[in-house]
Amino acid sequence: MLAALIVPVVARLRYELGFILALAGVGLSAAASIWSLVYVLDNGTMHYNLGGWAPPVGIEYVVDLISAFVAVIVTSVATLVIIGTRRWADREAGDRLGSFYGLVMLLITGLVGMVVTGDLFNLFVFLEISSLAAYALVFLGGGRAMLAGFRYLILGSVGGSFYMLGVGFLYFSTGTLNMGEMKDILTDDATARSVQAGAAFIFAGLGLKMALVPMHLWLPDAYTFAPSSVNTLIAPIMTKVGAYAMIRMFLSVFPDGYLKDVVPIGDALLVLGLIGIIFGSVAAMSQKDIRRMLAYSSISQLALIAVGVGLGTPLGLVAALLHIMNHAVMKATLFMAAASVRFTSGITQVADFTGLGRRMPFTMGAFTLGALAMVGIPPATGFFSKWYAVQAGIESSQWIVVAVVLVSSLLTAVYLFRILESAYLHPLQPEPSHGHDVPDGFGETEQELALEAQAREAPLDMAIPTVVLGLSTVVLGVLNAVIVINILEPGIV
Amino acid sequence: MIETYSSITPLIAVLLPVAAALLVLLTGERFRNLRDSWSTIAALVMVAVVASMLPDVLDGRVPQTTIIEISPGIDIMLRADSAGMIFALLASSLWVLASVYAVGYMRAEHEHKQTRFFVAYALSLGAAAGVAFSANLLTFVLFYELLTLVTFPLVTHRETEAAIVAGRKYLTYTLSGGLMLIGGTAWVHMLGIDGTFVAGGLMADESISKATAWGLLALLMVGVGVKSAVMPLHGWLPSAMVAPTPVSALLHAVAVVKAGVFGVVRMIVFVFGAELLREMDAWQVIAVLAAATLLIGSMLALRHDNLKRRLAYSTISHLSYIVLGVALLGPIALTGALLHIVGHGVTKITLFFVAGAINAHTHKENVSQLDGIGRQMPITMGAFTLAALSMAGVPPFVLFTSKFYLGWGAAEVDQQIFMVVYLVSGVLAAGYLFPVVYRAFGKRSPDHVAYSEADMRMVVPLAITGILALVLGIVPNLPFSFFDLASEVARTAFDQGIPITGGAQ
Amino acid sequence: MIDEIAARFPYWASGVLIAVGLYGMIGKRSLVKKLIGMNIFQSAIILFFIAGSMRDGATLPILLIEDGHILTPVDPELYVNPLPHVLMLTAIVVSVAITGVALAFLIRIYREYQDLDEESLLKKVR
Repeated sequence: MLAALIVPVVARLRYELGFILALAGVGLSAAASIWSLVYVLDNGTMHYNLGGWAPPVGIEYVVDLISAFVAVIVTSVATLVIIGTRRWADREAGDRLGSFYGLVMLLITGLVGMVVTGDLFNLFVFLEISSLAAYALVFLGGGRAMLAGFRYLILGSVGGSFYMLGVGFLYFSTGTLNMGEMKDILTDDATARSVQAGAAFIFAGLGLKMALVPMHLWLPDAYTFAPSSVNTLIAPIMTKVGAYAMIRMFLSVFPDGYLKDVVPIGDALLVLGLIGIIFGSVAAMSQKDIRRMLAYSSISQLALIAVGVGLGTPLGLVAALLHIMNHAVMKATLFMAAASVRFTSGITQVADFTGLGRRMPFTMGAFTLGALAMVGIPPATGFFSKWYAVQAGIESSQWIVVAVVLVSSLLTAVYLFRILESAYLHPLQPEPSHGHDVPDGFGETEQELALEAQAREAPLDMAIPTVVLGLSTVVLGVLNAVIVINILEPGIV
Repeated sequence: MIETYSSITPLIAVLLPVAAALLVLLTGERFRNLRDSWSTIAALVMVAVVASMLPDVLDGRVPQTTIIEISPGIDIMLRADSAGMIFALLASSLWVLASVYAVGYMRAEHEHKQTRFFVAYALSLGAAAGVAFSANLLTFVLFYELLTLVTFPLVTHRETEAAIVAGRKYLTYTLSGGLMLIGGTAWVHMLGIDGTFVAGGLMADESISKATAWGLLALLMVGVGVKSAVMPLHGWLPSAMVAPTPVSALLHAVAVVKAGVFGVVRMIVFVFGAELLREMDAWQVIAVLAAATLLIGSMLALRHDNLKRRLAYSTISHLSYIVLGVALLGPIALTGALLHIVGHGVTKITLFFVAGAINAHTHKENVSQLDGIGRQMPITMGAFTLAALSMAGVPPFVLFTSKFYLGWGAAEVDQQIFMVVYLVSGVLAAGYLFPVVYRAFGKRSPDHVAYSEADMRMVVPLAITGILALVLGIVPNLPFSFFDLASEVARTAFDQGIPITGGAQ
Repeated sequence: MIDEIAARFPYWASGVLIAVGLYGMIGKRSLVKKLIGMNIFQSAIILFFIAGSMRDGATLPILLIEDGHILTPVDPELYVNPLPHVLMLTAIVVSVAITGVALAFLIRIYREYQDLDEESLLKKVR
């Protein structure tokens, strides 16, 4: 587990061979995460005290089923994305490739650190590490990205500061920063106003990092203008860790039921989440740039996670956690496909996706899988997180949740199917081809054939990760019961 | 009574078309003849596989496959029970004929992207088989959604403006229906009820509040109602006629819509059960909606000149024959409804085959253009005549037999009014089909061109199905014991025997 | 009333500064002013923490040790809580890092566009 932290940091060196080291770093990290997961499954939660100092003086690292789960997701997706966006990184970072990968490694370090820490302040530190890296990475895009990055920085820091403020309140009320200890202390007596305020600030801060409406303003611009190697990396994993932190609050920091009865955080999450689901989907429908569309889509999906957390029931948390995995994989697929498309043909507008189904069959195939998963067609993964969410809603008699989740599927279909339609159904020429065309049986005209000669699929090292991610959406869907039963349900106890 | 045993055969039946799709994809455009044969070969094998389970099923031994646990406590499970066998046998045997027909049609029309077409076609059959053999609600939902998905490229095949609009409409309707199903299924499971289908209703012994029951009913019935084209959920069907005729024939007369009414059967008979529905008085709502659809559909069919549109509305009408029959909650009516699934499938596919053959060969689409065509395409129009007689319910055609049971079933539950509904609709059917026959044979052709019969690959299948419409009426157990299967379903659902009137076996 | 405020003065100050900082970040158009606002905001939070670690009549948390003997009293009540101080050191570092990165951003932006005003920048970059 510790290796998962150290290796990325060590890999932060200024080399031209940056890619190889980066890959090694993140790959090892992924391996370590997987190993941790297996270990925890067999032996129970891992604890480690930094520097040998026991809490509450020292900082403790805790890896339980949920942390290991999220760590595996983050690092595995990151590995695939780093492989897939190597060419973009080459192009975008140029001679500063070393620093680029250094920043990437910092990002991953921060994220993994957030996942494995058992100390509230330590979480803040890692949060800021990853955020700083992210701000800088977004900024690299130049032009609008600079403004987007700056805004991200400002808003993100506000979020981080709020979190820190909240932690402060809690510390002064309980005397500890250790998550486990805090839960024990709070269980005895948690009525102090300062604790409530603390909780509020913490969730406000995390909500901002998670792009919970109305604190989402930084996300669309950041995802749209960031370099392709960056948004493909950030979109699937960064906000997820924020969501993980929230879940961690629910599970391990605050006593059970506190966040529902004493401070209505659960309800706030629920309401904001529901609004976010609808808002994100509706906004996505009117976008012309695919990255912006995917950005708003992400806001919608993150809101779904918030709803699951807000419901507060075990089933709701299962839905949220599963969706963390699902959305990471699905969004990674979609962003990778978009990055591949942009790489080979510079296309970023949805309207220009015409005929891509033929020109880039593997990339668009993967995109289709991702899209179907997002809509929630079984047996892809997206269906199951929605399934559990619906069940959680029914269980809590929150019918509005059921309605919103189901409607959101339809809305998602609208904006994603538009892309599929244009990619597969519209021929490469403006005139649609009718039945009675060139008699070679193909039905293609000369113009189509000529265009096809120019067409090329993305290079292998981009296409393969894309396809792997796409296939994962189906495979993980079929296997979801395994994951739920063995990892998520026990982890929530 | 019914005993299940573990067997991989149902799974093979579902996977076979998928394998075929893969083969078609790999063979591609270069080896066209080989590519096109895969579908037919696969269809024949599929029929054999499904039929192989028939003796056991008739004996009361039902093969079952559990594939994987996909959600805590819920498995993806396939079970070839009598009801499922009816649907699967119908779909697969018609696929044999339709695959041949499709080749003929596609080549005659020089359609583009044929590989994609045949891949999707095969996959649709796989999804349909999955729907047929689903053993519980979640599996049903899974295959139902997949069916929507794989039929989408078929609806939009021509890629014209109209096709794309029709495709969007199709998706909107069917996906919304699917979402209702998902909601209902989730709810069932949250109530702690196991979603596995049970003849007589899986909810029969549970105590559920009236409100919950109505809510579930609304969700689940609307969900399957969309594909069954019950009004007002029928809007997608007429516009879907923009698809090439093999699509309309197999899918929108057989696979997709029959999946819908099959779903209705599952919901009413295997999920809710007659007793519960009678307590709720819910069956009346369903019956009235179905009856209305029945009549309105037939009346609308009279108005349309475009032959495929006319047939589309006729389909809408006849699907509600089935829905009504099931909603009457009587064993005889149920038997009639199940027979009607088979009979209508065979009959309607004939009509669509003819429409497509005429269209491909002469580019005529409207009834008003068909004067005298009977003399030029006698076999084709002959088959049409057979089918028309069947649709009108003339004995001894199959749809007479099924209507007989439906009407009798209505009487059995003291709802004679529906008997009248059925009779009236039969007259209307004659009204929108017989004139076509008359014009085709009775009038002179205004054309200067003398047409011959269409491509043999189209004509032979339609002749076969036309004759089948007659044969099934006389001998309903030929070739696949449909009648026995139907009565088996009714028996297990209602614990009663079904009297057999005339007919062999 | 004045006593109350006086007693809790640092907390009130902290609150006011947070408000000022937020206003700066959101209300001001100049990117530099936004950054300053952020700094104020973060400083306010740090102030809050430090204030929270104060104790009446307490002194610096340093033990004098000579030859193994502890010279100063060991009662923890007599010392200011050192933990928040340590944490705030970290927080200050974080703040500095963020500010540094932000300034780097601003320099880049200025080099490209000779402007640091949000609205006119938006127009230029379009």
